[in-house]
Amino acid sequence: MATARATAALAATSLAERPEHPVVGRAVSHESAELHVTGAALYTDDLLPRMPGALHAWPLQSPHAHARISALRTEAALAVPGVVRVLTAADVPGVNDAGVRQDEPLFPAEAAFHGHAVCWVLGESLEAARLGAAAVEVDYEPLPSVLTLAEAIAAEQFQGAQPIVTRGDAAAGLARAAHRCSGEFEFGGQEHFTLETHAAIAQVDEAGQVLVHSSTQHPSETQEIVAHVLGLRSHEVTVQCLRMGGGFGGKEWQPHGLAAVAALGAVLTGRPVRMRLNRTQDITMTGKRHPFHASWEVGFDEDGRLQGLRATLTSDGGWCLDLSEPVLQRALCHVDNAYFIPDVELRGRIARTNKTSQTAFRGFGGPQGMLVMEDILGRCAPLLGIDPTELRRRNLYAPGQRTPYGQLVRHAERLPAVIDEVAARADLDARRADIAGFNATHPHRKRGIALTPVKFGISFNHTAFNQAGALVHVYKDGSVLINHGGTEMGQGLHTKMRQVAATALGVPLGLVRLAPTRTDKVPNTSATAASTGADLNGGAVKDACEQIRARLAVVAAERLEVGADAVRFSGGSVTAAGGEGEAAGTTLAWQEVVQAAYLQRVQLSAAGYYRTEGLHWDPVRMQGDPFKYFAYGAAVSEVEVDGFTGASTFLRTDIVHDVGDSLSPLVDLGQIEGGFVQGAGWLTLEELRWDTSDGEGRGRLLTQAASTYKLPSFSELPRELHVHLLERAAEDGAVYGSKAVGEPPLMLAFSIREALRQAVAAFGPAGHAVELASPATPEAVFWAVEAARQASGS
Amino acid sequence: MGSIEITVDGDPRAAGAIGPHTSLLDWLREQGRTSAKEGCAEGECGACAVLVARPDGAGATRWTAVNACLPPALAFDGQEIVTAEGLGTAPTPGAAAELHPVQREMAERGGSQCGYCTPGFVCAMAAEYYRPDRAAEERAAHGECGPNGFDLHALSGNLCRCTGYRPIRDAAYALGAPAADDALAHRSMQAPPPPRPTSVRDERGTFLRPADLAELTALLGETPEALLLAGATDAGVERNLRHTRPPLVLAIDRLEELRGLHVTETAIEIGAALTLSEIEHTLAGRVPMLDALIPQFASRLIRNAATLGGNLGTGSPIGDSPPALLALEATLLLVSATGEREVPLAEYFTGYRQSVRAPGEVIKAVRIPLPLAPLTAFHKIAKRRFDDISSVAVAFALTLEGGRVTTARIGLGGVAATPIRALATERALEGREWNEETARSAAAVLRGEGTPLDDHRASARYRSAMLEQSLLRLHTEAVI
Repeated sequence: MATARATAALAATSLAERPEHPVVGRAVSHESAELHVTGAALYTDDLLPRMPGALHAWPLQSPHAHARISALRTEAALAVPGVVRVLTAADVPGVNDAGVRQDEPLFPAEAAFHGHAVCWVLGESLEAARLGAAAVEVDYEPLPSVLTLAEAIAAEQFQGAQPIVTRGDAAAGLARAAHRCSGEFEFGGQEHFTLETHAAIAQVDEAGQVLVHSSTQHPSETQEIVAHVLGLRSHEVTVQCLRMGGGFGGKEWQPHGLAAVAALGAVLTGRPVRMRLNRTQDITMTGKRHPFHASWEVGFDEDGRLQGLRATLTSDGGWCLDLSEPVLQRALCHVDNAYFIPDVELRGRIARTNKTSQTAFRGFGGPQGMLVMEDILGRCAPLLGIDPTELRRRNLYAPGQRTPYGQLVRHAERLPAVIDEVAARADLDARRADIAGFNATHPHRKRGIALTPVKFGISFNHTAFNQAGALVHVYKDGSVLINHGGTEMGQGLHTKMRQVAATALGVPLGLVRLAPTRTDKVPNTSATAASTGADLNGGAVKDACEQIRARLAVVAAERLEVGADAVRFSGGSVTAAGGEGEAAGTTLAWQEVVQAAYLQRVQLSAAGYYRTEGLHWDPVRMQGDPFKYFAYGAAVSEVEVDGFTGASTFLRTDIVHDVGDSLSPLVDLGQIEGGFVQGAGWLTLEELRWDTSDGEGRGRLLTQAASTYKLPSFSELPRELHVHLLERAAEDGAVYGSKAVGEPPLMLAFSIREALRQAVAAFGPAGHAVELASPATPEAVFWAVEAARQASGS
Repeated sequence: MGSIEITVDGDPRAAGAIGPHTSLLDWLREQGRTSAKEGCAEGECGACAVLVARPDGAGATRWTAVNACLPPALAFDGQEIVTAEGLGTAPTPGAAAELHPVQREMAERGGSQCGYCTPGFVCAMAAEYYRPDRAAEERAAHGECGPNGFDLHALSGNLCRCTGYRPIRDAAYALGAPAADDALAHRSMQAPPPPRPTSVRDERGTFLRPADLAELTALLGETPEALLLAGATDAGVERNLRHTRPPLVLAIDRLEELRGLHVTETAIEIGAALTLSEIEHTLAGRVPMLDALIPQFASRLIRNAATLGGNLGTGSPIGDSPPALLALEATLLLVSATGEREVPLAEYFTGYRQSVRAPGEVIKAVRIPLPLAPLTAFHKIAKRRFDDISSVAVAFALTLEGGRVTTARIGLGGVAATPIRALATERALEGREWNEETARSAAAVLRGEGTPLDDHRASARYRSAMLEQSLLRLHTEAVI
């Protein structure tokens, strides 16, 4: 017993191990759940009625896909009643750039896409600002535009670096392969469609300090961009994010320029400025998930084992670079997904097109890279005469193997483990037989079932971003207030951080309160992105709490008459471990120890810091160990396809997912289910259509509303959805043994797409390859069914 | 006329200084009631949903969830609104939260993540929670209905981007019956506030709610360009997305003369200002074609406001009711200050969003002749099964005698500038034996009907293929 306790004492200061009775690991509701359901939770634009006198901003958007702005006249706009000011490039005191690469002018001299904001009007009301924008006169000189990936590839219109990941000799791998296939695959992007559109409210205080409330995943970068646009230093700008009504990567980069416009307006008018994009503006102005084109050649040996892969991935970056380079890097680092490919050459490039700037979106290129591989396997399996699940199994990474970019696949044994478990839980083999029976008796409806795995690397590829800070205060009454650099967008980060703090301090969860994210509390933060929010900020919160706890342990040790390392904090009680001395069995209340510490002039506040150890990445050679660990998962999905229409029904999905030891099971379950359905939306429903004609509307987004861009609804929730967290899965490289969960589950939705492929195949003879467009909308599925009906067997 | 007043969460609030173009949502938010959110501004996402006290047809109140982003606030003069803030209270310093049962289930089951859509879900869910016949439906959980009688379609107009919906479904299916002392259940036993005449004129425009049909037709005779407003599910989108600002708005949704529903030996007459939900409740089972159509028509939130008169009045070629009503050989009663006339729906549409409705005329009712054709079907082809706009809609009404098709009426939407009858296909069916060969040859004719276009919803080729497939499907699925 004594030994166990001593181990626990040491463990309490290690990153991954948990103390006894931890608050992490308990299934608790979202920390704002009661505020959400009563409508009391405030989002940025909800501050407006609480901020009298605010001006409203409205953009003038380009009606051309590409045009030089030869003149811009604002007189008529200023004559509109209620118009206060028109913001143009001439008003920018600092740098006219919404990004950091000087390729994203905030007030452009050239409209680079249909819908590009060329100036902003400030009005006493939103209606006045809108009418003012309509009165601005702009002379456009239309320029040639490039809209599609095919056009950009043909014109060789690329931007940014063109990285290559290689291992071995892809040509040799292909040459020795018994079976070779090649193909192309172009697939669509995805609109974030956060229910809360982009919003910011800026104000200036009496000392000239600029405060921007912004719906941003990256307050520090919003702060930096606002500062450089205004020509200020960072310490003159504060950014606060109360919470976001969804982020999904869409608020990692896109909020900066919008916050800067609001801040510029506030500085120039001395009044608060409210900026809130309506849905049409949000969807036509801001970035989305990158569409990709892939061309590939793959080789398998006689047993279906991958021998070589040569592929070129071209992403559609839109009009400026934005985050396209790191997105492409992550895509190339995930083409392998869960499979070992001995000889490989992966080339990447970014097309520049006259569309919105494509940006971060849950998975950050990873899903696109993995989709290429899953599509290859789905298409090639019937040509190889191997069941697709078996083909996937045969190619899984084995322990000791490395990725094409050189990283050891640690815990590779978890891949077959999650696959075996999900196959068993889904009763896969028996249901395959049932489905064959169903299909034999239903000429117009066919079912399909598929299993797909996920391996996803956790950490920012860019090593420097893998750091975080926190600020923790313990007040004299024992209550705890924590601040950290991460933002809350619904993913439950704040819930987890409260649990981490309560665990590290050994206090009840109710004693820990969390304050909104602000750049003047924790500086120089990284984006809450790449699924790293809990890993990084959790490490920092834990560090801050442990500093305070160590100081309190000294205070308590005197009273308990033990050494400080024998003091235990748990559940609001402070006790001595070990059972020696007179104080054995004595329990001090947390509040009592805190009081005593204050009187002894012991600091009750601490700044915490965390950086992920062991990472290195060479973005030029595209080699290194960019990830701290991999998150694993697998899903089995069954679908039914209606042969008359191509419409599909999701019958059942089973998921086994590796979240390490969950910090907060209810939150993690929500991330898995939500990610899965969002992935299913991307792959089957959500379709961005642009006017690619040469007519007047060229470049216009045609699906720019909820009525035309369809998100998943209840009808896309599988009738049965079973999620199981992989057990005994502690990750020793992350806070309290947990793993990141934000992004990896999105790719579990590949199982839906591959099940659709199986169902489509059942309309035709055995052994033919099925090509399926993405998104696999009812129309796309219908044409695939028609092709299957006309196919001849192998 | 008294001052403009809307009761929100039990508090009467003056709403004088707003013109006809301020939505209920914007007005609520200006009042500081910010629980209702704008997500899409076109009635697709439900983040703005609130409850309104509406007549249940039997003298009491039905708590009805509607989108607040679409109707003008002035349309609620004298009415009672309940928001998520009124259903329960958040924790405040020193006081624990007091959650409504719907809120408690949503909070405890992980039904909220970012929380932005949540107040709207809570209101839509509360409306179904209070639906009087919900608990009476003792059906086992099936398809899209919970063991507690909760119809998931009540939430078809709410979008959530975070949760994937499973916990929301679980919350909905876990709801019990309202407690005996439940305030809103108690309120629902009394009559809702009656409509009252409203008149607001200022520099932004004029909003009038006439007291009766005679006043309406007189007004319309003087100003035929007025916007006739019922559920605002189309007009609200025009205002929010295309910024139309009609100078005169005439609210007609509560006119009793437009809200009748009469069944005679020869016809069913449906008042043009009845909402689709009201038609659904009242006619349940009487017209199988409508039973098939209405659940596929937009979402519950929209159907709680939208009217048949509105769907026909806008003249959209992709409205879902015209194909069904064409196949049923419906006629429209048009009324004006000078009289009333009856027009077959097949002769009503004259071009894209154009009709024979003359200036000064209003649609009073839709008349469906009886007896109904024994074999009917409504096929809606859309990307998403819940709440989507049709790429193609096909309605069939067939009479078979001795194995032969004696009459065939087929209405099509989405394949021409107006809803049309598939006349060539009807001819290809009539007089023929109802067998696979007939279905195949007629389907080939149907494929060629209309002049479908390529657009963002579907290709012309797919639309044509769907016409053909729908007749094949009818033959396969029809139970004779």
